[in-house]
Amino acid sequence: MQFSIYRYNPETDEKPYMQNMVLEQVSSEMMLLDALLALKNQDESLSFRRSCQEGVCGSDAMNINGRNGLACITPLDSLSSPVVLRPMPGLPVIRDLIVDMGQFYQQYRNIKPYLIVKDPEPEVEHKQSPQQRDKLDGLYECILCGCCSTSCPSFWWNPDKFLGPAALLQAWRFLADSRDQAEEERLEALEGPYRLFRCHTIMNCVDVCPKGLNPTRAIGNIKHLMLKRSI
Amino acid sequence: MKLKRRKFDSLIIGAGGGGLRAALQLSRADAKVAVVSKVFPTRSHTVAAQGGVNAALANVSPDNWHFHMFDTIKGSDYLGDQDAIEYMCRAAPKVVYELDHFGVPFSRRDDGNIYQRAFGGQSQDYGGAQASRTCAAADRTGHAILHALYQQNINARTHFFDEFFAIDLIKDEQGYVLGALALEIETGEPILIEAKTTLIATGGAGQLFRTCTNALINTGDGMAMALRAGIPLQDMEFFQFHPTGIAGKGMLITEGVRGEGGYLVNADGERFMERYAPQAKDLASRDVVSRAIAIEIREGRGCGPDKDFVYLKLDHIGADIIKKRLPGIRDTAMTFAHVDPIESPIPVYPTAHYTMGGIPTDRHGQVVVPEHHGPEEPVPGLYAAGECACVSVHGANRLGGNSLLDILVFGRAAANHIIEHLKANRYHRPMNEESIERALDRLKRWDKKGEGESVAGLKAELRKVMEEHCGVFREQEVLSEGMEKVQALKSRLQDATISDHSQIFNTARIEALELENLMDIALATVTSALGRTESRGAHSRVDYTERDDENWLRHSLYFHNGSMDYKPVRIKPMTVDPFPPKPRVY
Repeated sequence: MQFSIYRYNPETDEKPYMQNMVLEQVSSEMMLLDALLALKNQDESLSFRRSCQEGVCGSDAMNINGRNGLACITPLDSLSSPVVLRPMPGLPVIRDLIVDMGQFYQQYRNIKPYLIVKDPEPEVEHKQSPQQRDKLDGLYECILCGCCSTSCPSFWWNPDKFLGPAALLQAWRFLADSRDQAEEERLEALEGPYRLFRCHTIMNCVDVCPKGLNPTRAIGNIKHLMLKRSI
Repeated sequence: MKLKRRKFDSLIIGAGGGGLRAALQLSRADAKVAVVSKVFPTRSHTVAAQGGVNAALANVSPDNWHFHMFDTIKGSDYLGDQDAIEYMCRAAPKVVYELDHFGVPFSRRDDGNIYQRAFGGQSQDYGGAQASRTCAAADRTGHAILHALYQQNINARTHFFDEFFAIDLIKDEQGYVLGALALEIETGEPILIEAKTTLIATGGAGQLFRTCTNALINTGDGMAMALRAGIPLQDMEFFQFHPTGIAGKGMLITEGVRGEGGYLVNADGERFMERYAPQAKDLASRDVVSRAIAIEIREGRGCGPDKDFVYLKLDHIGADIIKKRLPGIRDTAMTFAHVDPIESPIPVYPTAHYTMGGIPTDRHGQVVVPEHHGPEEPVPGLYAAGECACVSVHGANRLGGNSLLDILVFGRAAANHIIEHLKANRYHRPMNEESIERALDRLKRWDKKGEGESVAGLKAELRKVMEEHCGVFREQEVLSEGMEKVQALKSRLQDATISDHSQIFNTARIEALELENLMDIALATVTSALGRTESRGAHSRVDYTERDDENWLRHSLYFHNGSMDYKPVRIKPMTVDPFPPKPRVY
């Protein structure tokens, strides 16, 4: 199978280039990550992040034939040859397929991604009905891989001002949690022309999310809540 | 170039659940904490834990911590230390309630309380009816806990050194641990982190085996660091094989599947666990179920064209429960085994999963070694918690749902002890420059250029040797041969070179350093396994099939020079009567 892989090492390369690589032995059981590990055996300098190999840690997000995804859960036989691999778009490249996710993580931190409870802590668990808990499904499963935000044109343009789909999904995750008591300040912090409202419902985020989550719907829910609060 | 230096009150190596729980406790107590992790915290392997965390909340079945304590001791095949187990089981409800307060999205019961499922080896009334003790967030409990702990650490303003690889501990002549040398992966620059206390929370070493449920990062780095610092590793012969990894591939399928009503069948369609464990059946301890599967296959009752796996059947529990309680393993089964468990059974096989052994500690997380005055003298300034540590609460076999509990209870306990230590030790001790040089040498070794053995090739050979020589069933000859092979691989590793010498995000160099660590852990495991001439828990010797309490109710200690020592099991609990060893029947 043929691969065309984005290579760049700032120590030695003046500019990035695409390298052609070939993997002779390919089986139908292989995931793209298996192929990358085999290619790394051919050329140790090929650099990418990876860990769990089963789509739960979010390390190996990359742009695969033009679309963001996780290498470890992308079957090789679902890809047309040559497989074109690039780093996730819109973030600075450190080396090869490894991007600097600093801006992405900063936007996550900006939404205060933690439960805020102002009442005294109960001696046991907070009560939460199954229906209240169901509201967190499709939100808490986010693995912070970055596929969504780095496929969002609004995030490409304003990665410092627009929170991006991943952070906004988490913003809604805490607004939707019956235990959280910071609705007012959370909504306040999302006001302004950029942070939330730069979302133009392009829906690339929904299209690429490897966990099948829906940031666009979460953003819609936040907007709805803001509207409700203003009237 | 001048070495970068930073100073903190407390250094934590590893950002999984154990490291993050400790960091949170310390940050909230206004200690200055640095967390060093080779991956971004939420990529740590805690994220992959599925089924849940045990605590006797009694939300579902009548329960108390004493039942949980009994089950854990029996599960450990009586090798667990009973004081530590009492401590853990008593603390369990509190740490789970704390998790809810931190924001963990536990599944809920109709009354609004945390949902608890049945899990292996859990009973009511000291061996009676099945208990439902395992608190779950669907089948993504580890993910939910790890993210919530990271989130609370953001709030507590913990210092994170993301993508820094710890090279070695720094010690002084008197044996105090002064911090660690780490490598910033992005720039290739070494950095010295000085601290009054150092907590190792680096997780297990599942990468020892070719087929495992573990992430590629689980290379036993902290355990190997401890070995190099002169600390022995305890009970390394006990490695857990999870009964249900996806056959041939290894992805974990949670015990929660069996907890929700799934069961194992052989080629004849027989629910064979009824023969091996008449009462607990598919929810017997993991060592028991793994051996049963291995025996079924060895005796020709395996499924598939090569009769080399068994089926985990759950279609009968219904689409609703599967979608609600087991959505993650449904995804995993569809992606990797190409079956939808709502319709078809999942092919499974026992798969390397968990390192029961590790760095010896007491129940405050202090690392303890045989020194001048007895077998358990604290190493000043050094702590360990979680899978890399051996308290020992898991003994010879860990119960499902007790690993998440272990990291929470002992991450927290270690932090509490550290807080006291910091009050009594206000100042950093003088740095030992010689120790820094030794750590830097470890890095420099990989600057060597020219032809040499490949790191990836040696790693593949090592994992194959471990699988073939140190698996579910063990015997003298096979183990001896395995030990020789690992020793040969270790000496070949000295001639290995890497071709990538870039300073920028050099993953080849990290993999080389990881393989050095893994090699030492492999030797510890196979040497300890060879030493123990009995069968107990996960350590099953075909040449010594019985448990031998007279000679072997003791912990093993493996030293870096290859020698072994032993120390007694702490049989006496904190407040209750001991549970004396009994035959173990499920």
